Amino acid sequence: MKSLEELQKIKESALKRRSLGQEGARARVTVAMGTCGIAAGARETMKAVLDEIEKRQLNDVVVMQTGCMGLCEYEPMVVIQVGESEPVTYGKIDPARVLTLVEKHLLNNTPVEEWRVQTNK
Amino acid sequence: MAYRAHVLISGEPRCVAKGAREVEAALVDKLHELLLGDEVQVMEVSSLGHGDKGPELVIYPDGINYVNVTPEDARFIVEEHLLKGRPVDRLMYKELPEPLEAPATKEVRVVLENVGRIDPNNIEDYIAFDGYAAMAKVLTEMTPEEVLDVLKQSGLRGRGGAGFPTWLKWTFARQAVGEKKFIICNGDEGDPGAFMNRRVLEGDPHAVIEGMIIAAYAIGAQQGYFYVRAEYPIAIRTLRVALQQAREYGLLGENILGSGFNFDLEIRMGAGAFVCGEETALMQSIEGDRGMPRTRPPFPAASGLWKSPTNINNVETYANVPKILLKGPEWFASMGTEKSKGTKTFAVAGKVKRTGLIEVPLGITLREVVYDVGGGILNDKKFKAVQTGGPMGGCIPEQYLDMPVDYESLASLGSIMGSGGMVIMDEDTCMVDIARFFMEFVQEESCGKCVPCRVGTRRMLEILNNICEGKGQPGDIELLESMSQQIIDGALCGLGKGAPNPVLSTIKFFREEYEAHIYEKKCPAKVCKALITYDINPDVCIGCTRCARNCPVQAISGKAKETHVIDASICIRCGVCKQVCPVGAVNVG
Repeated sequence: MKSLEELQKIKESALKRRSLGQEGARARVTVAMGTCGIAAGARETMKAVLDEIEKRQLNDVVVMQTGCMGLCEYEPMVVIQVGESEPVTYGKIDPARVLTLVEKHLLNNTPVEEWRVQTNK
Repeated sequence: MAYRAHVLISGEPRCVAKGAREVEAALVDKLHELLLGDEVQVMEVSSLGHGDKGPELVIYPDGINYVNVTPEDARFIVEEHLLKGRPVDRLMYKELPEPLEAPATKEVRVVLENVGRIDPNNIEDYIAFDGYAAMAKVLTEMTPEEVLDVLKQSGLRGRGGAGFPTWLKWTFARQAVGEKKFIICNGDEGDPGAFMNRRVLEGDPHAVIEGMIIAAYAIGAQQGYFYVRAEYPIAIRTLRVALQQAREYGLLGENILGSGFNFDLEIRMGAGAFVCGEETALMQSIEGDRGMPRTRPPFPAASGLWKSPTNINNVETYANVPKILLKGPEWFASMGTEKSKGTKTFAVAGKVKRTGLIEVPLGITLREVVYDVGGGILNDKKFKAVQTGGPMGGCIPEQYLDMPVDYESLASLGSIMGSGGMVIMDEDTCMVDIARFFMEFVQEESCGKCVPCRVGTRRMLEILNNICEGKGQPGDIELLESMSQQIIDGALCGLGKGAPNPVLSTIKFFREEYEAHIYEKKCPAKVCKALITYDINPDVCIGCTRCARNCPVQAISGKAKETHVIDASICIRCGVCKQVCPVGAVNVG
């Protein structure tokens, strides 16, 4: 890019891409893939997420990765957002738990309270 | 013969009191009734971990844990689980889901705002949250002097440890005369237990790149280097992707955003020497030489990399810069204390419930960090000390928990801010042993160039080793103190100058522990092996022989049902007897 206007354009399109409901995306799964997450098994968790989504043909679910969320004790961590609802942060998500999360939260929009990280007092 | 299954039954007193012996008898009886006696082995063990839910047993190879077992249940388990192979669900121990609490109320995220939110491998994610907007503003609307002025107003100080005002450092580099100038980002985070910079580099690499471009513009540099330790492969890979994308988008390279400003960045990897986090050693390492510090002055701003004026800052310092230019210096200065503005990331490690990475406003008290953000001490033990600033930091005791965390307060207690390591210790920590541990670390990492550090730290380590081994002499404390002062006065770089801090601060706040080691030959925290003894209380010992059977050096003698005795001359103080004793008869003195 060569100008401020171009930067502004990229920003707008990137924001659009990130907001759900655009381009047919219904939900987003974010896996924390910092060193701490990977050490705790985030690669396996990520693989389970991708496998499960492919198996069920969930074409309207976006999967992305991010860095460390700061709660290394609770890794692997996964954030799920369905539609415009508040994203829910989950801790200690191994491949077996991914299965439950996909069924309950992604498919039936019911967050799994017992694995949820309570970030507000 | 080989058994098909093993049943471990807990012989803990609480389990026995609730009928573990009857359960064991019923188990054996039923096994024989079903002719499984030769296939299944029953063993009594000291404890299985849930004595409050006893009687308790575990069946292998399945590893299934049954609790609150009655003799009737035992018979049922034998028939269902061991004969028919159907584990009994209603008697299984199930872990209650632990609440994953993370009250974030004391945290303020500036540097870490994007970390854990954006995809670090996608530059557009960063741009979506105003990424590179500060750089664009600087390159198109501001003069370098205006940038320096904004930083001056913000009060940002170096996040690598020393806390030197960032604007002043940049001004020196700007004013220095030189054909070429360089920018370096110090990502050689080597403090044990510290990983703040790794998290920023892995989670939000573009923030650091943007901060470096702004710095380069302010001082007039065209080339920059990331110096990242090779132990951070994911950070390096993320950074490579980020640099590549920034170049593709025209945010690095020639004529950035049509402003006529040229700048590019390269990565250099550190090979694992702790001293290369020191700025002059780091620059030698980039130049291809062995990383050793040199005398200052000249400071890097006047003569740095390849003798050219160079500005070197920590990862976190650069990551703060775009935010300050975007949101204004007043916003940044509204956080923190009078002299320490903004926020700081800390790696909280050690004996707290929630370890991890936090970002808090400067001026927060240590108590808030330990109890509110860290969740308090693990296993509800007593807090003893917190060590700040890595291996060259000091240990701060409980009476100063309400001190604010800022550069000056920590220095007044003989510690340092450092890059943000915080190790929390509980009552089971021996402070002499801790001082010895850090001295060993620094001694191993000493580059050997200057005598005070090379010889001084070795001599200090010898004295500390002696004290921990019970060979401490009267006068050792005073000798440590005077050697510390000489090393501080004479060492070439921060590594040597900081090395005595853990020793001095532990002597200052925990002198009685040193005295107990030297004069009474006792370790109050019962950590130093040479200074503790194990013995068996004859009033409690039931003569079960378990300790004698488990002792790895046969130091325990005694017949069944008679009191056992430990021979201190053979004992290696491994503590196994204390672990296996079912009645708590083994004392540590």
